[in-house]
Amino acid sequence: MNTLRRSADFLFLALLLGVLIAFFSGMSDHFWSMQTVNTVANRIPPLALAAMGMTFVLIAGGIDLSIGSVAALAGAVFGWLVVDRGVSVPVATLAALGAGALCGSANGALVNWMRMPSFIVTLGLLEGARGLAYLATDSQTKYLGERLGALQATVPGLGLSVAFLLAVAGVLVAHFVITRMVFGRHVIAVGTNEEAARLVGLSPGKVRMTVFVLSGLVAAAAGLCQVSRLGAADPNAGAGLELSAIAAAVIGGTSLMGGRGSMLATFVGVLIIATLEAGLAHLGASEPVKRVVTGAVIVCAVAAEAARSRWMARWLNRSGN
Amino acid sequence: MGEPRLKATGLKKAFGQNLVLRGLDLEVAPGEIHALIGGNGAGKSTLSKILAGLAPADAGIVTLDGEPYAVASRQAAQARGVVMVLQELSVIPTLSVAENLFLNALPARAGIVDRARLHERAATALRLVGLASLEPSLPAGALGVGQQQLVEIAAGLAQQCRVLILDEPTAALSGAEANVLFGLLRELRAAGTSVLYISHRLEEISQLADRVSVLRDGQLVATLPAATPRAQLIQLMAGTTVQLGSTARNSVKARPALRVLDLHAGQAVRGVSLDVSCGEIVGLGGLVGAGRTELLRAIYGADRRTAGRTLLGDDTVDFAPRAPADAVRRGIAYVPEDRKQHGIFAPLAVRFNAALMRLPVRRGLAGWIDRVAERRASTRLLEEMQVRYADLEQPLAELSGGNQQKIVIGRWLPCQASLWLLDEPTRGVDVAARQGIYDLLRRIADAGAGLLVASSDYEELAALCDRVLVLSHGQVTGSFTRETLNPRDFMTACFAGIAPTGDPN
Repeated sequence: MNTLRRSADFLFLALLLGVLIAFFSGMSDHFWSMQTVNTVANRIPPLALAAMGMTFVLIAGGIDLSIGSVAALAGAVFGWLVVDRGVSVPVATLAALGAGALCGSANGALVNWMRMPSFIVTLGLLEGARGLAYLATDSQTKYLGERLGALQATVPGLGLSVAFLLAVAGVLVAHFVITRMVFGRHVIAVGTNEEAARLVGLSPGKVRMTVFVLSGLVAAAAGLCQVSRLGAADPNAGAGLELSAIAAAVIGGTSLMGGRGSMLATFVGVLIIATLEAGLAHLGASEPVKRVVTGAVIVCAVAAEAARSRWMARWLNRSGN
Repeated sequence: MGEPRLKATGLKKAFGQNLVLRGLDLEVAPGEIHALIGGNGAGKSTLSKILAGLAPADAGIVTLDGEPYAVASRQAAQARGVVMVLQELSVIPTLSVAENLFLNALPARAGIVDRARLHERAATALRLVGLASLEPSLPAGALGVGQQQLVEIAAGLAQQCRVLILDEPTAALSGAEANVLFGLLRELRAAGTSVLYISHRLEEISQLADRVSVLRDGQLVATLPAATPRAQLIQLMAGTTVQLGSTARNSVKARPALRVLDLHAGQAVRGVSLDVSCGEIVGLGGLVGAGRTELLRAIYGADRRTAGRTLLGDDTVDFAPRAPADAVRRGIAYVPEDRKQHGIFAPLAVRFNAALMRLPVRRGLAGWIDRVAERRASTRLLEEMQVRYADLEQPLAELSGGNQQKIVIGRWLPCQASLWLLDEPTRGVDVAARQGIYDLLRRIADAGAGLLVASSDYEELAALCDRVLVLSHGQVTGSFTRETLNPRDFMTACFAGIAPTGDPN
């Protein structure tokens, strides 16, 4: 019965996505086309990666507000190394990912050692990493052309980009880590009841550190995806990415109190947000209108999900025995 | 007897597939103390939650003084004069004692709290529960657990009530505090209030109550005079004859499991030395606040020690754990006192809780859980511990406290620990299931582990332990064998170490 409850959560999300697609298809004859699919698929990778990292941190009972700035910093490091220093692309890629991991470990270390709430620590890095991104690029956009173009190349026969497939693969791996691996159980345990986790011999500090490093790393990967799509490293990139990532996770049913969340559901949340953006753009909605509608849909999606799960619990209670 | 104060007929309640109340009947007379006893999952807590408006019944009728009574919230129940003091503490630690007492009825003028009136009323309520010396403006978090419990009871009494429901009120109280409570309940009875009193402590019931109702499997078995012999009550609760007798013990092997030398931990533990041999169960008795919990936590590495040494097994080097993880690696198991805060992952599946300590991993794939083996291992563990549950995937919070406790203990079994530290292992567990836990602990000892068991229950220590040490004020003040243990000397030892305040040591 509890399995039924969980699959119903997921079905509901898929239904919501279906309703959105049907709605936009009805409003515009040209919405349901391969081109739209491509647009959505190519916009997704940065958000999908960022939301995956965010879901990890949320399940562990923390929050990472720095991912948008870390994404920008990673792009900036990449641009600076390649354009100003003449470093090769693979080395610069590693350096950018390293910068992300370093940011994550700084978050983890401060939360662990200073016993500060992750909200505050990562809020600090949201500012700090953005500043570093400006310093690294001298506040200039670094044009890179096709140097990271490989990520945008479409895979023959699928029509989807390499970046998209990498992001999907990342989400799947993360899903299995949470549901099928010992480390995932430890993340859930720490997020649910940190003191109980410590008293059965787990190390909440290590779990938290790992999760923040992971979040920094995938934020950097998200930044590189953005660089590759734009063909440039923009120190302003990724602004608000953390909030979209939180929105996707929350639409997917991840708890902000820790202990509960699903990578696949977060990914459907990402699809919902991306579909909404593409659909509204298709209808010619202005930027302000887009934001109002997106905000409303986020709140409605979470409210509808809460109502549905309450209703279903009552229904199961009445008929389930 | 006239019309009953409270009458329930055919009450039914299910949580998921788990049928908790199966047509329960109950009658409580006006102005009586009515005790409610029964095993884990017998339906005591569920019944009291329904009466207090915390959970709706699925079927059945309740009347209060002859009028239909069905409430949807705690506030609605209180408006009808039915007040429940919760078993789990719900004091808000950052608010003052007075604010906690009157949180739902703060005296205010234009939205501004009238502090003078609040503190005056709080002082009256506190005097009722024997806490007259307590400053109402103190933050509630600064109080000990026993005092917090008394504050909760005072909060319940601060309102006019026809029926007062108490669920295990003395679990966290010292003997003196409990006596204050009993006196208070007798006064209430004299004033015409009915008290529904849930407890596992049968001696309290014979002392305090007028009548006792025995529940089993969600139904009323019998309502009897409280003077009914306890053997008969236990038998009614269990359904079969249960003897709460001493467990058989093997000769104690001489190899040490743990040696503690002059251990200090802050002000709570002040120079404790003791040893536990393999195959031996050593009890730790003492009053609330004597330092038993702190001693176990210091040995386990949950709290920092300030001085002293602990040696494991035949070791000659100090085992100084920096965190519980170190202790677990060395084969120490720990069962905490506060199950809800420190023991369980309440919203997570029963399976998750049962299997967490030893997750079966697929060979060749590092950290990849074999979920079939995990389910099989959890099922086996739950069967072995005789846990009542509906579904492996059901949240642990849906199980009764005693069944949760069985999992908290049982999940360590696959670790094959050589030293067990147990803090109040049967708190909130009914008499019949207690015996099961005692038998289990004895089997663990017979398999060669050493056990150190802290308990506030003298009978438990007497029934379970090979030796009993008494802590008082952070020091060992008594040491008894099975032969020398007796209530009078035990009590004397409990009060022996209480030094005058201001003692520099």
